[in-house]
Amino acid sequence: MNIPHLDVPEGKVISLIGPNGAGKSTLLLTLARLLKSSQGNIIFKGKKIDSNHTLIDYRRHLAMVFQEPLLFDTTVFENVATGLKIRGMRHDEMKQVVADYLERFGIGHLAGRSARKLSGGEAQRTSLARAFATKPEIVFLDEPFSSLDPPTRESLIEDLDRILRETGTTTIMATHDQMEALRLSDQIAVMNQGKIAQIGTPESVMNSPADEFVASFVGVETILNGEIVRTGAGTVICRVKNKEIEAVGDAKPGERVVCCIRPEHVTLSTTLSGGGVSARNTFAGKIVKIAPMGLFYKISLDCGFFLTAYVTAPSVENLTLQEGKSVFASFKATAVHLIRRSV
Amino acid sequence: MDIIVEGIKQAFILLFTLDREVLGITWLSLKISGSATFLSMFIGVSVGTAVALNQFPGRRFVVSLINTGMGLPPVVVGLFVTIFLWRNGPFGFLEMLYTPTAIVIAQTVIATPIVMGISLAAIQSLPANLRLQILALGATRLQMVWILVKEARLPLLAAVMAGFGGVISEVGASMMVGGNIKGYSRVLTTATVMETGKGNFAIAMALSIILLLLAFTVNVVLTQIQQRDRPR
Repeated sequence: MNIPHLDVPEGKVISLIGPNGAGKSTLLLTLARLLKSSQGNIIFKGKKIDSNHTLIDYRRHLAMVFQEPLLFDTTVFENVATGLKIRGMRHDEMKQVVADYLERFGIGHLAGRSARKLSGGEAQRTSLARAFATKPEIVFLDEPFSSLDPPTRESLIEDLDRILRETGTTTIMATHDQMEALRLSDQIAVMNQGKIAQIGTPESVMNSPADEFVASFVGVETILNGEIVRTGAGTVICRVKNKEIEAVGDAKPGERVVCCIRPEHVTLSTTLSGGGVSARNTFAGKIVKIAPMGLFYKISLDCGFFLTAYVTAPSVENLTLQEGKSVFASFKATAVHLIRRSV
Repeated sequence: MDIIVEGIKQAFILLFTLDREVLGITWLSLKISGSATFLSMFIGVSVGTAVALNQFPGRRFVVSLINTGMGLPPVVVGLFVTIFLWRNGPFGFLEMLYTPTAIVIAQTVIATPIVMGISLAAIQSLPANLRLQILALGATRLQMVWILVKEARLPLLAAVMAGFGGVISEVGASMMVGGNIKGYSRVLTTATVMETGKGNFAIAMALSIILLLLAFTVNVVLTQIQQRDRPR
């Protein structure tokens, strides 16, 4: 591990993404001071964590959820109460807080159930409730959804997202799922071989990867933040920086979304074709950069928003594409993959 | 066959008439083995937990020693306790040899490695990240150990049961350090050996039945405790 510096802004959600063995978990454990770093310091609100006393105090301001729920062999209620008991909270107050957090995570009805008799999703909800019940200022999540099946994961992500926004808890989450990261985070840090290869907003990481590794790991989709302005027959209109993109998807006006467009789905032309084309989205743009990618070229465009297209070598020749040239970029409404961001 | 039928008949008569001597022996056995188990629980669980949770040089060797200790032959323990408590041995001045206290010491030496070994395995078999999870909940080291011990309570109680089972049925060490003195240091096992040797099968059988019942009762009670707070 070699991370010279990492600033964690208050109230933000940061995702650490990267392949297995990139050091995501190690970084989380080090930040939570559950592992000792061989060098360097953790400064929490201007205070250095060095003595045993400051360490316990620091840990009482944070919470951690692992991939496995790691529940204690007792009831769901007692599990969620554990952190509060450790802090010596009074019993009646504790009962209130536990009930509140059981409700928030939708497991109020399981309070008296043995933690050994929960489904995977219920167990992870209990684990999250146990972490949040201590009202932590920072939450560390180590691939909390990895072992859940897709529908369970989906509903849990939705609830976690809501609770993170409600509580404004600073969060650092390790994941290998980009979609999870895109959905929940304000910032994404891509890790590789114990280093942070790039850190920035989801848009900047996805659209302008710092190096080849980041590009290959995050994939090559164009990521655009937008807001749904209206809905049509089976399609929605999404505003991205004053432009309107038509997409197929299920979202309501006013909702914030992320539009993902794969570069192979974008076609370029030098003239604006009149009608007879099924592509619902056509934008005028300027070529910013042309990069050879082996069998094809990667064309970076500025259409008022950032867009990437793949074209073959003959097309580059036929259309005489070069940097600075004005072109029209088209893609179908079905080529836009929408991710809803519940805020 | 007569010998068996007659033996069982007399055994039950002795049991149901609450024979004073038999009762006294039973009570003493229970006191001695109970105390030894209690002591070994404190030493065994705490040392076992400490070894399970800490890394130090020579740890493997210590674990091997503990595991070997689980099979310590009672007569060997009896021999060494006898030597230590012998009149001109290192602790001879305590004048403890041939007393119930001496039996408690010997039985503690026998039960401690059993409790320790099982405790060690119990704590070690908890998920590795559980310790980190507990610390992340803000626990001090002491709180963490306490939660881990609670988490391993089922195998830990099994450890205590195994320890008790080991000493209540042990005869060699009790005979050697207690001396089987009538009304003073005579316990169920030593009495059974003696009565069998004398051909008093009825009494021997009565004592054996009590021994079995005792072991059974104690284990029923411990199992009850173990299963008590299991939620639905």
